[in-house]
Amino acid sequence: MDNETKPAAPGGPAPGAKRKRLLDRHRTLEKNATLLLAASFVVVAIGGIVEIAPLFWLENTIEEVDGVRPYSPLELAGRDIYIREGCYVCHSQMIRPMRDEAQRYGHYSLAAESMYDHPFQWGSKRTGPDLARVGGRYSDEWHVDHFIDPQTVVPESVMPKYDFLLRATIDGEHVGELLATHRLVGVPYTDAMIENARADFGAQADPDGDWDGLLERYPGAQTRNFDGQDALTEMDAMIAYLQMLGTLVDFSTFVADPSR
Amino acid sequence: MSGPRVDPVTGTETTGHSWDGIEELNSPLPRWWLWIFYATVLWSLVYVVLYPAWPLISDSTKGTLGWSSRAELAEEIAMVEEGQADVRRALRETDPALVPGDPELHGFALNAGAAVFRSHCSQCHGAGAAGFTGYPNLLDDAWLWGGTVEDILFTVRHGIRNDEDPDARWSEMPSFGETLSDGEISVLAAHVRSLPSGLDPLSGQGGSLFAEHCSVCHGDDGKGDRLQGAPDLTDAISLYGDSEESVAQSIIVGPFGVMPPWGGRLSEEEIRAVALYVHALGGGEPAGTAADE
Repeated sequence: MDNETKPAAPGGPAPGAKRKRLLDRHRTLEKNATLLLAASFVVVAIGGIVEIAPLFWLENTIEEVDGVRPYSPLELAGRDIYIREGCYVCHSQMIRPMRDEAQRYGHYSLAAESMYDHPFQWGSKRTGPDLARVGGRYSDEWHVDHFIDPQTVVPESVMPKYDFLLRATIDGEHVGELLATHRLVGVPYTDAMIENARADFGAQADPDGDWDGLLERYPGAQTRNFDGQDALTEMDAMIAYLQMLGTLVDFSTFVADPSR
Repeated sequence: MSGPRVDPVTGTETTGHSWDGIEELNSPLPRWWLWIFYATVLWSLVYVVLYPAWPLISDSTKGTLGWSSRAELAEEIAMVEEGQADVRRALRETDPALVPGDPELHGFALNAGAAVFRSHCSQCHGAGAAGFTGYPNLLDDAWLWGGTVEDILFTVRHGIRNDEDPDARWSEMPSFGETLSDGEISVLAAHVRSLPSGLDPLSGQGGSLFAEHCSVCHGDDGKGDRLQGAPDLTDAISLYGDSEESVAQSIIVGPFGVMPPWGGRLSEEEIRAVALYVHALGGGEPAGTAADE
């Protein structure tokens, strides 16, 4: 490459130029690879700091809301199945503050409602409806029917069948570790929660189970046989998760700060 | 070389780069492009002043306009509700049974109710309200819990057999799978299936089983009891299917259909509108029909 042309002497006027212009200074940058690299890094770092730094103070920015609690072991297992099956590919969990969304799905989502989600399931694609407040909207039986064959209840649906959830039994063997892992990333699971994880896992979907401890640890948890079968299956976990989505905050008493 | 060379043909400076004698012109950026670029830079400065922009430690800059998406939503909803204030108040305050007598109010309620039905009810009862197996058809005149506007309103508000609303309509058909033998269940299923053809519910072997186990709720005449949501077994309508197998299955497990309460989820106007809509679908009964509360 012929690159003999020397930049104008620094500080001195370029020959023929009336005055030193900003673009001429920029020329110095463009012609010095190391300087260009360093300057690019500075520019990228500014963007990075603006985007990343606030995340370190994230907890300061989450509006305080009563009622939000970590997921119960069965709900957390259901959430893992939700992620495994890629539900987030078609369903969002984020009701935006817009009139049509609020009227269709309910109160707009609050940051606190997904503060124990790792990773969050806000999503960006709605082939199916938003699920942020699907809890309590349909009966358990409807969920079972709908998972077995969505088109039997919603003929126009394009959702695939998930009937195998009904046959996949689960025993929560590793659910204690799952809770411990979530604690590692900041979910405030207590020692008692982790110790009792497996017992709580089984009790939540057992109509004859002892729920007192479970309800004390996870207030508002729903306890019943979700899938109508004796065996504890992935369907139980999935429905336990779906039926609690968006139900933790009592909007008859909570008023969101309108300035946020 | 010294200084930028000017290309003799175009009169433009060159960058001084030359490849095999081909030189690169140092053309200035198009003026229109440059001005738009400056304008966007300027706009971003204006935006930062007017709107929330920079994240801070526990907050963000608010902007001088005080805009927030939540406030905008509240304003928009308030505007719509204000526009409909009169008709909403009328809907809230008029006795639901009298609304059909007011064509204008009824028209509003039916349209509003149809919208509510589409987003909240159609998933179970179907977009056309014809229901599915296990999810009642709302177009016909067979009602489990009553078909007057008041009855429908109560069902929508409190739901059926749910844990959330203490006033939910409640009943529980026993599961006879363990109390009756397989033979008895199949006799009973065949008996129940023949009721729509006019058979006396208490006749024959099936009849004695019926009298012993079923008539408490479904009545000696088999016509059901709306106070308990016990269906009429003499009509040709079967919520859970009318094949011998499905009737037997219902006897074995005891169906337990659940409907969520909509009282906390929908506004008073929405609940009334959707009840009026369902009432007008075809099977609605006039107020004061027997078996109301």
